[in-house]
Amino acid sequence: MHRTSLKSLSDLLQRREISSQELTRFFLERTERFNPGINAFITLTGEHALKEARAADHRLQHGEAGPLTGIPIAHKDIFCTEGIRTTCASRMLDNFTAPYDATVVARLKDAGMVMIGKTNMDEFAMGSSTENSFYGPARNPWDESRVPGGSSGGSAAAIAAGMVPAATGTDTGGSIRQPAALCGITGLKPSYGRVSRYGMIAFASSLDQGGPMTRSAEDAAMILNAICGLDARDSTSAPQPGEDFTRDLDRDLSGIRIGLPREFFDARLDPAIGGLIMDAVRELERSGATLVDIDLPNTALAIPVYYVVAMAECSSNLSRYDGVRFGYRCENPADLMDLYCRSRGEGFGDEVKRRIMVGAYVLSAGYYDAYYLQAQKVRRLIRDDYRQAFAKVDVIAGPTTPSTAFRLHEKTDNPISMYLSDIYTVAVNLAGLPAISIPAGFLNRLPIGLQLIGDYFAESRLLNVAHRYQLATDWHRAAPETYA
Amino acid sequence: MRQGQWETVIGLEIHVQLATRSKLFSGAPTAFGAEPNVQACAIDLGLPGVLPTINGEAVKMAVKFGLAAGATIARHSVFARKNYFYPDLPKGYQISQYELPIVSGGGIEIELDDGARKRINLIRAHLEEDAGKSVHDAFQAMSGIDLNRAGTPLIEIVTAPDLRSAREAVACMRKVHTLIRYLGISDGNMQEGSFRCDANVSLRPAGSTTLGTRTETKNLNSFRFTELAIEHEIERQRELLEVGQAITQETRLYDPERNETRPMRSKEEANDYRYFPDPDLLPLELDPETIETIRRDLPELPDARCGRFLRDYGLSPADSQQLAGARELADYFEAAVAAASGEAKLAANWIMGELTAALNRNNLGIGQCPIDAARLAGLILRIRDRTITGKAGKEVFDAMWESDLEADAIIESRGLRQVTDTGEIAAMVAETVAANPAQAEQYRNSPAEKRVKLIGYFVGQVMKKSRGKADPQQVNDLLRSLLEK
Repeated sequence: MHRTSLKSLSDLLQRREISSQELTRFFLERTERFNPGINAFITLTGEHALKEARAADHRLQHGEAGPLTGIPIAHKDIFCTEGIRTTCASRMLDNFTAPYDATVVARLKDAGMVMIGKTNMDEFAMGSSTENSFYGPARNPWDESRVPGGSSGGSAAAIAAGMVPAATGTDTGGSIRQPAALCGITGLKPSYGRVSRYGMIAFASSLDQGGPMTRSAEDAAMILNAICGLDARDSTSAPQPGEDFTRDLDRDLSGIRIGLPREFFDARLDPAIGGLIMDAVRELERSGATLVDIDLPNTALAIPVYYVVAMAECSSNLSRYDGVRFGYRCENPADLMDLYCRSRGEGFGDEVKRRIMVGAYVLSAGYYDAYYLQAQKVRRLIRDDYRQAFAKVDVIAGPTTPSTAFRLHEKTDNPISMYLSDIYTVAVNLAGLPAISIPAGFLNRLPIGLQLIGDYFAESRLLNVAHRYQLATDWHRAAPETYA
Repeated sequence: MRQGQWETVIGLEIHVQLATRSKLFSGAPTAFGAEPNVQACAIDLGLPGVLPTINGEAVKMAVKFGLAAGATIARHSVFARKNYFYPDLPKGYQISQYELPIVSGGGIEIELDDGARKRINLIRAHLEEDAGKSVHDAFQAMSGIDLNRAGTPLIEIVTAPDLRSAREAVACMRKVHTLIRYLGISDGNMQEGSFRCDANVSLRPAGSTTLGTRTETKNLNSFRFTELAIEHEIERQRELLEVGQAITQETRLYDPERNETRPMRSKEEANDYRYFPDPDLLPLELDPETIETIRRDLPELPDARCGRFLRDYGLSPADSQQLAGARELADYFEAAVAAASGEAKLAANWIMGELTAALNRNNLGIGQCPIDAARLAGLILRIRDRTITGKAGKEVFDAMWESDLEADAIIESRGLRQVTDTGEIAAMVAETVAANPAQAEQYRNSPAEKRVKLIGYFVGQVMKKSRGKADPQQVNDLLRSLLEK
């Protein structure tokens, strides 16, 4: 049951061969069993889930159900959920309960999905390992001594361990794709503007995008169908017409041109991973796609540009956590300055503080032009690289990460080495493009991910290529032994 | 350097609260005076995850102001975050406009004390959200925060340093006040903080073309305080400069109770606001058609209307200016003139005289006037056709103020029709002269210039006898011929 596709679960529910309450109990039981070892969840909402499952069963009985009605899901704890606390894995928000649902949460609720909990993550989505969590690190079900990646590591680990069939994540520089790759699942980062950011706690507003984390491209398409679309409450959400992302999944790949950026396959890539990625790409070629070498000359600049832009925006976005209106407040502040300094000093973890400081620095008088403005200019160059590439190809392929899952604490003392694990993912966010990571094999019994990048709002094409790959391979069906 | 050898240079930053129903970036209402924090939604509170969306009505109002001031309307303007920490600033930043404001350039004309006109250039006007309010006196050893005002839409209008005295600065402020009320984009209520200004003041040796070091006096919320604060600041700076001391560039606050300004913060401790474009909001794009539509809907502006009153109604410059100075008053005046067969001068006199006095006595605005323009016109017509005297008119006016009755009904019921029977008036004149022989004698023995004053006594007596119904001119003529016989 815990390895069944969303489509099959949907069929079982529609045919009333299983009830949503049974299905929900099943996943809640697995969660109770496995979560203590994995720490994928910050908050479990069993009681709430069973109530939603009852409502879903009612809809199923009365023919008012959609394709997702009754299926359990977990939300990254960055999405606000009305009446259920939303922590962003920070001490700062340990006591915070939003009086509203994020648009993503509301849309999945409307679709009848059953929320079983809020998943662990790096604090305020800042990190690549889920170690920067006030609630302790999450662990990788493929090897519990290793990280699940981050920042949406809890969602990825929960799916890999079969605690939930699907989850939401957010991706600012790779936070959906990188943990998907390290946990052997499928993670889609939609085009910027495809999914509303309302109620999704901001890290870097011009880069943040929510998306589905699932076991397959087909599952991702079903979730994207429910969460995408214009939202009047988010000025940056795109007025893109609605479409059914499952419609073209099976389409033949003949005539599809797949670009291989030289910069992704250069000497810096671990040859073992490079070999597995090339195997995956050859599989696409066998399915009818044409391979084309392309250049993305500004690739090396993506990491520095990303960290300037993301930190600048986060320094401002996180100013609202001041101990005045909600969230953590220090004990007995002596005066206003003390209230600010201690509430923020005690409420935020080290990585968050590091980024706020760097961000404030790059925006400050005298440094703005050299850092922030310069970064914006290079960001345009990076976007132009991709625009030119998409004149020649339909999809770009490459590795999602430069390595498999690393050990806990391996990189915590060296922030720069941690930042470099985003090397293949951040440019996509800077350009605002959609990208997906899908399982593409194993190295030393640890999963690796194939990243496919699409043109603006070409999620259908991306999902089509990913789905054809998953029809031809079984990597996405593999499960870690303990949780099989 | 002696006094008088300094030239004052002033620039104003005027904050105008726009009269939108909801806030600049949220749907919460903007009404003044509600219980603390009941008009602050999740967006105004800066809760995690919420996002701003622009209020189109506020944009339209900013465009209206720009067009009325002859400014350039940006087809592409950008909202920026101004970052600083303060308890009544919920997000830790204010959404404002920085490098690309919606309105640039333009100007307004003010009238100087000698009647000359002077153009004051505007540098820019931009849209921004207001902060909340800290309440320091209501709680023991604690401060309260009221976020009702947080997110209220403002335009900040920045003038060039073209003003040369406190009086010019106030004239400029008044002119902007008139304009925004004409445009209907703000109620301009200064007590409620809808219209306030910061004054940048510096002095330089007369003839110099470089600017001296300036101070910024913040939050001036009345015309009178603005004038006093600037005058005080000019004096303070002059005294320092005359003994050779330098001016410190700083922000100052005006204390109306002590009539002095004092430092708030200096340049050294000034915030680095770390402005950058707000990534939550797309750039504001305005197409030329939208701007043209707004231009077409602009009302006649105060300067144009004042010119028309002067030209078409033959009013004096002072009367034209006063009547055109507020849109509702000008509308009332024109409605009254139209209903009173074009009798502009009488209408102007009655509106600026009795009507304004009565409104002031009762603390009412022209919008709440119990006598509408058509009813006032009914009274004016009866004065014009001499049915009643001006004196009786005042009694009719008072009765109209207290009732819904038309002038004609009051004239009839009170028998106030002017006495035009010459015989009747002549009899009253004769009786009055006969009853006051000493005054009559004095009149006859006085030179012409004193007689004018003395005859007033007799006119008053006769008018009293006629209960105000006699035509004063007729009485005057009859008295003169009787006394000078």
